Amino acid sequence: MSVITIERKVLEKNDEVARQNRTLLADHGVFALNMVSSPGAGKTSILERTLEHLRGSLRVAVIEGDVQTDLDARRVAKYNVPAVQIVTRGGCHLEANLVRDALGNLDLKSVDLLIIENVGNLVCPSNYDLGEAMKVVVASTTEGDDKPLKYPAMFRNASVLILNKIDLLPYIPCTLHVLKENALKINPSLTVFETSCTTGQGIDAWCVWLTENARRKPAS
Amino acid sequence: MHELSIAQSIVDIIEQYVPQEHRHTIHSIKVRIGDLAGVVPDSLAFSFTAVTAGTPIAHALLEIEHIPFVLHCTECLSDSTTEPGLAICPRCQSTHTQILSGTELQVVAIELEDETPERI
Repeated sequence: MSVITIERKVLEKNDEVARQNRTLLADHGVFALNMVSSPGAGKTSILERTLEHLRGSLRVAVIEGDVQTDLDARRVAKYNVPAVQIVTRGGCHLEANLVRDALGNLDLKSVDLLIIENVGNLVCPSNYDLGEAMKVVVASTTEGDDKPLKYPAMFRNASVLILNKIDLLPYIPCTLHVLKENALKINPSLTVFETSCTTGQGIDAWCVWLTENARRKPAS
Repeated sequence: MHELSIAQSIVDIIEQYVPQEHRHTIHSIKVRIGDLAGVVPDSLAFSFTAVTAGTPIAHALLEIEHIPFVLHCTECLSDSTTEPGLAICPRCQSTHTQILSGTELQVVAIELEDETPERI
């Protein structure tokens, strides 16, 4: 028997493409976010509220990832922003090469903020760097306050946490401070926002943060 | 089920190291998977079988080394195995911690059988 020692990261090919994406985005001064959550947490609704709010102040582009259909890209296109749909046809997450191809369809010179909406899934997307500046994880109150403990990798790899559907708190057995505490047990440095896309609560604060970060051009 | 794409990435790495004509001699492939890597070993083994079926690597064993989640506390300086993902030191409750291990997702080594020399 002979042994070839390798010691290489399994996802190094993805990581390399992600690095190229990050450089490309930084060269164009684009602040890119990778938005992740379980299906139905409200990523697209937050995106719609955000686009409404930022209209006229920031140039936003969107990459939509879904297993099937271009429904989300069509929802987003109503806000007159460039939107590219990636259909993974069964794939449970976006990978850096899919995003690289999507970036080729955007005029990055005219973009300040790029929001990549990942496939709804709290497990797999945490492994795949897409070249974003940071990951934003959305957790909705209806999912229960224990989700950060059950899906720690996603919360650990994110920089921002949006607690969505806070308007439903009076009707469901979810305690907001427990949800927040559980997330901070996994990642104490999370920046946390509390939102409702129905009432619009919290969208202002989130958009102020977005605007500040998008104007602070990322270094390559 | 991203184990399928993980399995394919493992095969891609193996193919860089072992030329086509020697791939049938691969006895085993050692991989290292941390508690927090988000990879289910059984699913990975199943996916590996699926992506290698009908190829020279099909009979190779996938040996999965499981790496526990270990947290280092920079305040009380202890190392503890705790619930995977938790960033709070179980000894002193500090949040000033670093992950020592548990995020690994690596191909470690390939073991090749010696080819039987042809008899003259």
